[in-house]
Amino acid sequence: MSSDTLAKIPAASEIPEPADVPRIVPQRRYGQWAAAVVVLALLGFAVNSVLRNRAFQWDVVADHFTSDSVLRGLWLTLWLTAVVMVLGFALGTLLAAFRLSANPVLRAVGRGYVWLFRSIPILVQLLLWFNIGALYPQVFGVRTVNLLSPVAVAIIGLTLHEAAYAAEVVRGGILSVDRGQIEAAQALGLSRWRRWRRIVLPQAMRAIVPPAGNMLIGTLKGTSIVSVIAVDDLLFSTQLIYHRTYQVIPLLMVATLWYAVVTSLLGIGQHYVEKHYARGTENAR
Amino acid sequence: MSVMVDIRSVHKSFGSLGVLRGVDLQVRAGEVTVVLGPSGSGKSTLLRTINHLEKVDRGTISVDGALMGYRRAGDKLYELPEREVLRQRTRIGFVFQGFNLFPHLTVLDNVIEAPLSALRRPRAQVVESAHRLLERVGLGDKAGAYPRQLSGGQQQRVAIARALALEPRLLLFDEPTSALDPELVGEVLDVIRDLAARGTTMIVVTHEIAFAREVADTVVFMAEGRIVEQGTPEEVLGAPREERTRAFLAKVL
Repeated sequence: MSSDTLAKIPAASEIPEPADVPRIVPQRRYGQWAAAVVVLALLGFAVNSVLRNRAFQWDVVADHFTSDSVLRGLWLTLWLTAVVMVLGFALGTLLAAFRLSANPVLRAVGRGYVWLFRSIPILVQLLLWFNIGALYPQVFGVRTVNLLSPVAVAIIGLTLHEAAYAAEVVRGGILSVDRGQIEAAQALGLSRWRRWRRIVLPQAMRAIVPPAGNMLIGTLKGTSIVSVIAVDDLLFSTQLIYHRTYQVIPLLMVATLWYAVVTSLLGIGQHYVEKHYARGTENAR
Repeated sequence: MSVMVDIRSVHKSFGSLGVLRGVDLQVRAGEVTVVLGPSGSGKSTLLRTINHLEKVDRGTISVDGALMGYRRAGDKLYELPEREVLRQRTRIGFVFQGFNLFPHLTVLDNVIEAPLSALRRPRAQVVESAHRLLERVGLGDKAGAYPRQLSGGQQQRVAIARALALEPRLLLFDEPTSALDPELVGEVLDVIRDLAARGTTMIVVTHEIAFAREVADTVVFMAEGRIVEQGTPEEVLGAPREERTRAFLAKVL
């Protein structure tokens, strides 16, 4: 449309309003107001009780929040989470490829793995690996007890568990990619690897990232389970302190606050990753 | 003129449903063949068997003298490894009903992907010819856009440019205008018409009878997995010999 046609259209305010057009009055939503007041009152009460309750001992929390042993525990929690995520998704992607394979044996193995490791509680699995020496006292002439440190047990157990869930997330992502995309890539003569790397995976990532972000946050907190096999992660290092000082609640608060800080940062990171993979969709920009 | 596509007694079933039941068809180089027929007649499946997106159960298909998907030794056909099939496909352009552009890549990246990775051409050369192709389909200014930002007609023209980027010996169109709003059909048919005028060998599955009459050298009418009738547009569309062709044309015209 050219600018002179635009100029001929009068602004809305210049159009005379016929006198008899009725005015719209929005409905008054008293229920919404009442609900908001009740919820805010309850929230205020809860926050007040937390801040006023001296048993939380916020000064003790502050003392230990950045102490060496807590930071060491935090560091272990962070790298353990990273290692488990990377290895878990690597194995999970392989298992997803198994499950989507044309080979019925690979499909069955993939399904069997997912079934098995989703069936075993992670705590039970960690204890089994921790006591693997009872099943296999020796491997290649080395005593199993010497072979697997608690940290190694934690990595193995958490990774195998993670992979079962990651396999389903990756498989779901791949299945979300339109079949026509693969056909178009085949028709263009793109190699199997190129089709996967350039066409399928980037589109699958849109469906993979949100549940994977969820898993990452779950794994971060889930690593706290390794405290049962005496791996000194964030939780265990605060437990070591309160076993000595009996300041149970403030030290649990230290761990809680750190988990919350890291989770918040990961949530922000996820937002940007999602934005990256939204290229070319209506959610872009 | 030499034969570009040679289809001999091709059979194809999906489960117990016989989709192609003995199809023979020769397409000469430089000619436009339009395939018509009611839905379920097997015309799309036939097109897909030509570039081996669909494997045949029986029969042979040769394109430009090369047996598609198989190596012949005596009276046996041995399946070719995927790498070989992919190489064969780079000589055949395929345009889909639903465009199937890669939504996460820009228009330019869609067009250069295959010549870059399948033909391993140098990037500068590929980008330059991609811009020329986009110019030719009237989308010279859209190289940086994402497919979703384009209309259906523009997307299909990008898809045609993408197929042309491989400099194919043969172009296959699978109902290229069926997914388009009526007012966008013309711009896509214009591009195909232009390709026909340049002597590109094409097989077009379509429902556009007027287009077939104008552009086709040969019209093929299919029904129930067989070729019922074929000939010039004047013969098949003007004076059909077969009752089924007449019944179909009476419905669509």
